[in-house]
Amino acid sequence: MQPILQTEGLTIAFGGHKPVQDVSLNVMPHTFTSIIGPNGAGKTTLFNLLSGQLKPTEGKVWLKGKDITHLSVAKRTRLGLGRSFQITNVFPSLTVLENVRLAVQAQAGVYYSLFASPKKHAHFEKRAIELLETVLLGAKADSLAKNLAHGEKRKLEIAMLLALETEVLLLDEPTAGMSLEEVPSILEVIRRIKEEGNRTILLIEHKMDMVLSFSDRLLVLFNGRLLAEDTPENIMKSELVQTAYLGGLYDDAS
Amino acid sequence: MMLTRRLASSRWWIGLVVLLLIGFPFVSDSRGALILMTQIFIYAVFAMSYDILLGYTGIISFGHAMFFGIGAYTTAIFLHRWDHSLLSFLVSLLAVLVLTGIVSYLIGVMTLRLKSHFYAMLTLAIAGLFLVLAEKWRDVTKGSDGFTFYIPDLLKDRTSLYFVALAFMIIMFFLLKRFTDSPTGKVLQAIRENEQRTESLGYQILHYKIIASMVAGLAAGLSGSMYAITLRFVNTAVFGTNVTLDALLMTIIGGVGTLFGSMLGSALILLVHAGLTDLAKIHWIFERWMIFFGAIYILAVMFFPQGIVGMFRQWRAKWNKG
Ligand SMILES: Nc1ncnc2c1ncn2[C@@H]1O[C@H](COP(=O)(O)OP(=O)(O)OP(=O)(O)O)[C@@H](O)[C@H]1O
Ligand SMILES: [Mg+2]
Repeated sequence: MQPILQTEGLTIAFGGHKPVQDVSLNVMPHTFTSIIGPNGAGKTTLFNLLSGQLKPTEGKVWLKGKDITHLSVAKRTRLGLGRSFQITNVFPSLTVLENVRLAVQAQAGVYYSLFASPKKHAHFEKRAIELLETVLLGAKADSLAKNLAHGEKRKLEIAMLLALETEVLLLDEPTAGMSLEEVPSILEVIRRIKEEGNRTILLIEHKMDMVLSFSDRLLVLFNGRLLAEDTPENIMKSELVQTAYLGGLYDDAS
Repeated sequence: MMLTRRLASSRWWIGLVVLLLIGFPFVSDSRGALILMTQIFIYAVFAMSYDILLGYTGIISFGHAMFFGIGAYTTAIFLHRWDHSLLSFLVSLLAVLVLTGIVSYLIGVMTLRLKSHFYAMLTLAIAGLFLVLAEKWRDVTKGSDGFTFYIPDLLKDRTSLYFVALAFMIIMFFLLKRFTDSPTGKVLQAIRENEQRTESLGYQILHYKIIASMVAGLAAGLSGSMYAITLRFVNTAVFGTNVTLDALLMTIIGGVGTLFGSMLGSALILLVHAGLTDLAKIHWIFERWMIFFGAIYILAVMFFPQGIVGMFRQWRAKWNKG
């Protein structure tokens, strides 16, 4: 089988600093890959390179065999690569419902409908409400996004990503900043998507013990380099990873 | 339930205001008042077109007058050079749509790739170019003196012109409202809120900025045509930065991103302006009306950044809660 997402020698330099260096990846369809690494290892930067927020200094990215290295963010999304953001990134002065509705509309490919009556697209709203209920945010549909608590914004972020129904999902620390009681319900949402079996998921998560159980593969990033890529069992056994990452260097502060 | 009731009530209010406006010419016999109202309607459309940029898409333009001016000159030149029939006027409107469509498209493509302050400066410069063009192309424009022209008989009567302008405003309001409520209009608001996030949902930002630029440009062009008709005269003032600043002021005072606010703002600014001009007979200070508007502007930005409509909505929200 052909990998759905592939990179080769992916590198980005900011001056002399290279937060991501020579990363080559093969992500197979319908797998669940978790990316771990200490703060500043380059995990978010790697996502930015995959989704197009940043352009690599060197290296290439392929999605479903197509070279997407030079495509815009919007085009990558349309090709089936969706992401959520570590730092909450929503539309603050719009309602929660409208935030998700915009994502549903994008998924439906309704881009240039200049004078259509809102009634014509009422089903977008219905779908958005369903998604809000999935992430347990149904009660907040009419609030403005900026008035949500931090954990709720994280859920909104996930609902917007789910709405896109992309084949590949990049999740950047979806549970960061959520209260401990909220985390299991969100992990449950992620587990459910995995179980549907038609998505390829890449997840950055510091709460490793929680994601280990449903990861097919584990990537370890360290100082911008790909330190190891293997099954969770093998990674946990690997001496290199143990000393470099799991032993002591791991900063659990965030 | 709440929502439909609220909607019903605001519809009721709009209906009432429209009825009052329709009745106005039959009650008032002041020619001046009729002309003032006509200008309010026309400026309201210009301010609404500016609101599409500023309030809905979050684009600041300092050159919006260029579309107003293109509209005014095109209609004036058609009526002056060809004949002053209704047909000539209607054809001039078509020409205005074509011209402003092309210019606003080019502005959209050329400048919307720029960061916002560069865009603002560039629009200012381009509007300045149009002003210079109108001054120098004397054969056609008669330079900065401008020229007078005849208008179609149908529009000569101040009362009929009043109704045409009122209908113009109402139709443009509903068209623009429909546009801002449409799927594309919603994306504009998303861009205003968070451009980068909008793109990551799969929307191609540049296309939307071009659409916003064109809708605003077309509407502004039409308002310019109507403006020329009310004056029966055109000169380079229609390209002036003052014209853009008026729209900015009206939109901000009325409430950005509401369309309705632009109409209120237009009424308020033009009424205050007329009032101050009357007071100028008492003391010269009132002639410097820009001083007053500057002051109003600063106060509005400091105390009612949401404008009149925004303030009203806040009150209503509190009322509904309490
Ligand atoms: N646009 C940028 N310009 C300069 N440096 C950057 C930029 N983006 C990221 N970096 C640097 O790249 C390094 C990696 O950052 P990144 O956010 O990818 O880490 P991370 O692994 O996601 O960390 P965390 O676990 O804290 O989220 C950091 O040192 C950061 O300062
Ligand atoms: Mg990160």
